[in-house]
Amino acid sequence: MSHRLATGGRLIDRAQEQKFTFNGKTMRGFKGDTLAASLLANGQVLLGRSFKYHRPRGVVASGAEEPNALVGLGRGDSYEPNQRTTTTELFDGLVAESQNHWPNLNFDLLALNNLVPQFLTAGFYYKTFIQPRAFWKHVYEPIIRRSAGLGKAPATTAKDPDRYEQIYAFCDVLVIGGGIAGLQAALSAAQAGAKVMLWEQTAYWGGRAPVDMVEIDGEPADVWIRRTVETLENMPNVQTRLRCMGAGVHDHGYVLGYERVADHIPTSDAPRHRLWRMRAGQIVTATGAIERPLSFAGNDVPGVMLASAMRDYVVNFAVAPGKEVVVVTNNDDAYRTAITLRKAGVGVAAVVDARQDPQGALPMHARELGIRILTGKGIRKVKGGKRVTGVEICRIDSKGTAYTDKLDCDAVAMSGGWSPVVHLWSHCGGKLIWDEDGSFFRPDPDRPPLGANGSGFVQTCGSAAGQMGAVLADAHASAIKAAEALGTTVAAAAAPATDTMPDAAPMEPVWMMPRNAEYDLRMKMWLDFQNDVKVADVQLAAREGYQSVEHTKRYTTLGMATDQGKLSNINGLAILSDALGQPIPATGTTTFRPPYTPISLAAIAGEARGTVFQPLRRTPLHDWHTENGADWEPVGQWRRPYTYRQAGESRHDAVNREVKNTRQNIGLLDASTLGKILVSGPDAGRFLDMLYTNMMSTLKPGKCRYGLMCNENGFLMDDGVVARIDEQSFLVHTTSGGADHIHAWMEDWLQCEWWDWKVHTVNLTEQFAQIAVVGPKARTLLERLGGMDVSREALPFMEWRDGKLGAFDVRVFRISFSGELSFEIAVPASQGRAFWDKLMEEGKDLGIMPYGTEALHILRAEKGFIMIGDETDGTVIPQDLGLNWAISKKKEDFLGKRGMEREAMIDPMRWKLVGLETLDGSVLPHGALAVRAGKNTNGQAITEGRVTSTYYSATLGRGIAMGLVERGPERMGEEISFAGEGDKRITARIIDPVLYDKEGEKQNV
Amino acid sequence: MLLLTCPCCGVTAEETEFSPGGEAHLKRFGPGSSDDDYETYMFQRKNPRGVHFERWRHAYGCGKWFLAARDTMTLEVFGTYPAQTTEPPPEIIAKIKQKRPEWEGFK
Repeated sequence: MSHRLATGGRLIDRAQEQKFTFNGKTMRGFKGDTLAASLLANGQVLLGRSFKYHRPRGVVASGAEEPNALVGLGRGDSYEPNQRTTTTELFDGLVAESQNHWPNLNFDLLALNNLVPQFLTAGFYYKTFIQPRAFWKHVYEPIIRRSAGLGKAPATTAKDPDRYEQIYAFCDVLVIGGGIAGLQAALSAAQAGAKVMLWEQTAYWGGRAPVDMVEIDGEPADVWIRRTVETLENMPNVQTRLRCMGAGVHDHGYVLGYERVADHIPTSDAPRHRLWRMRAGQIVTATGAIERPLSFAGNDVPGVMLASAMRDYVVNFAVAPGKEVVVVTNNDDAYRTAITLRKAGVGVAAVVDARQDPQGALPMHARELGIRILTGKGIRKVKGGKRVTGVEICRIDSKGTAYTDKLDCDAVAMSGGWSPVVHLWSHCGGKLIWDEDGSFFRPDPDRPPLGANGSGFVQTCGSAAGQMGAVLADAHASAIKAAEALGTTVAAAAAPATDTMPDAAPMEPVWMMPRNAEYDLRMKMWLDFQNDVKVADVQLAAREGYQSVEHTKRYTTLGMATDQGKLSNINGLAILSDALGQPIPATGTTTFRPPYTPISLAAIAGEARGTVFQPLRRTPLHDWHTENGADWEPVGQWRRPYTYRQAGESRHDAVNREVKNTRQNIGLLDASTLGKILVSGPDAGRFLDMLYTNMMSTLKPGKCRYGLMCNENGFLMDDGVVARIDEQSFLVHTTSGGADHIHAWMEDWLQCEWWDWKVHTVNLTEQFAQIAVVGPKARTLLERLGGMDVSREALPFMEWRDGKLGAFDVRVFRISFSGELSFEIAVPASQGRAFWDKLMEEGKDLGIMPYGTEALHILRAEKGFIMIGDETDGTVIPQDLGLNWAISKKKEDFLGKRGMEREAMIDPMRWKLVGLETLDGSVLPHGALAVRAGKNTNGQAITEGRVTSTYYSATLGRGIAMGLVERGPERMGEEISFAGEGDKRITARIIDPVLYDKEGEKQNV
Repeated sequence: MLLLTCPCCGVTAEETEFSPGGEAHLKRFGPGSSDDDYETYMFQRKNPRGVHFERWRHAYGCGKWFLAARDTMTLEVFGTYPAQTTEPPPEIIAKIKQKRPEWEGFK
């Protein structure tokens, strides 16, 4: 049984008790505990169930690498699944729940999976559930979904109540890792004159050194750590952050840091997480190393832990993982655990050492303490289900058919050697080399990640660099290298202190225990605890032909869980290499990708949520629309009124009223979102001739012309009216959504292709409010305002004039997108609201009403006018829309001309624009496909067209539509069939798309 | 996230301040060009592992287009230069040759 020791615990404050609950049960811990430590102190060893087999699982590690001890934290809107208990600081009132079991943690029905593991071997998704076909959807998938997965996602309605923020920062040298190597690196870099930032992911400085019996200048490491931290905190060129993890190293020295500001103080009003967006000149990774498990049968039973984690719990938290411990190892380091346990008064049944004759200082010390040591042995099998009850020992070189010894124990400490944490080094392309002595991959200092100038920008030091003994001298050297790489004139950095720890003799790789284990044992040797991948699974994958480590990873799911294989990768690689009969470096590693451990999505979003997620663009009339019942519709970043509902009206009613009123009286439209780009200069006409398919240079000042813009493929991208202002300038109107993109398009051609042309462009879109005054009574209204002459003679259709209307400075365009008498009037944005108010007031008795975008669409569709984005989709050329009249035959060149000459563009079978009317007057479904009888060679329906615009026309009292139909214009009067929901078919007749005022008399009055 | 220097305004900024525009130094083929030339212009893009020339616009800055010589593997930036040129300037070429002796050269 795990328990709290009576004395000790360097990180806890016994005076400050903290209450928390686990699965509803109240427990007690101390300030400074991690949640894992306090659960163990309460005797709670079983913490969760595994992913596939629902095997009982407990804590394995003491830090970020923990694969098993994940819980759901908090409740309601603050609930978060899959939180590592080993990195969660305890606070008073913490609420934790175990995961992935049904109905409860102690009794899990889905553990039945464990009895039939052959169904869930590597690649089981691909093999087991193929037949019978129908079973996937109705039987297999629901069962797998129920049994797989760890925590449950928070409710979709949950709204995170916490605050998150991001910060941009810069430094010369960023040191990641606040162990003694990181502290020394920060100190040396700072003394050399660099601006330094130091991050440590845990809540305390010094890392493992105090636990690992390190002495610095003859004193315990803690003394040096305290002194160094104090020195750093008093240096003006140093910033330090605890609880801040280096999440990812990216291009050119960009680093993301994940600071858990207030996770441990939930009552604080500080932001919960802060994402550091750091640009560092040089980075020093002092990220330490992670101990590897050993692969023996039952290595996942609760109570089996990493040896280093076990002494962490004893030294840091005064928590003993059991009463009687067996230590199993292939190296000297694990003896530290045996010694630590013995000194803390915890029983050590034996050290089981795979090596034949360990003679290092640590084993000798252990012997002196009277600890029993079994050499040349390994664990055959761990006994126990929800808790270790004992181990069976066998010879390390045997098959493990029988045991040589049996030991009673309630905890097992395992050590398979150490692996440097190389993640940050590797994120941005740093390469690794295999270290034969330590059996690990370490950074290759000759192949670092490269920065913008082509030289390395990451240094690595200490055990992260594979220095498993003394680290301070190495850390000092790395820091000086980093400072020098930045061109810092290195001031005198004091020589580092001398750190010493008992010498460790070489380890002896043991990838499987015993070395020739038989199948039954291999079936129970866990490599990846979180994803339930065993030695036998990787061996099976190799037998089935998986040679690439990346493929094996995906097939077996090795290293794919939330811990990203921090414990399992090297062991898995070794098993795969052995199965493939090649050395480990030939197999290589999988790719290390950021973040190092999962970071919250909320931190990535930062402040960008709710109303500040995206800027909202408002026209000068936005507030009026709000005050007058606007039913908003997003149009790019704009909001435009879809319709204005009056009391008792449905959306549909309101739209119909607006359409009718505009045709009979006057409608007002806020057209301010329309793109307005001023193109001026001696070559402006020549430039627009290249941009538009028709001729613009011949347009006379005072006149307007409708034009089409295509990309170089010949596909329509924008349309609108161009007004010539004077000899050298044109005002180009684009679609609402196209303004920015067309302006950029113009600049691209002017800057990159025709850079010698004298043309200047300005996007004036937001400088003007533009209001369309539309309907038979429009002129009457404008005449009431007084000022400029708006008669047919003075301002004919497709012309424009500057002048005054009442007190307002106006530019009036006689253009129409509705087919009615229409004036589009631009006023300076500052006068927009007053002008609109004036029009509404003066037009009251004329029946003036605003109309929204839906009425705009219906009015234009009744006239057969196209809309970019409805009738076009990026594959439609102007000829498809019957717009040949707007394509110049005289111009030698314009953008898209060459593209339109291609064979596919002149194919007579192309789908072309027509009007469509249903036989029963109903409205065709949007986007419906026209289907012909028969099937194509793939057994699919044959399509011959599609609906591009479809509305109910209040003017005509029936549904109207436009569509693109194969050879459409040649098939006038023909009836074709459109697919509705399910098997429903709707018959429609092909007609002329212009349905209202075919001669165009109304707009020309 | 790359750091690039705009040769027009001199600002060194993060990639998000710029917008990418694909391969640099394309020659436009318009009406009258052969199918092959048009196809090359429109669709045949280089995708080298190594030295590459790209178009970038300082979209959230001065608004100017410029060109960048960059290594797509190591992310080293050899230099940026104004867009008003049909081929990389000699000093950029010289710098690349010095750093990548095996480079086969522009085009």
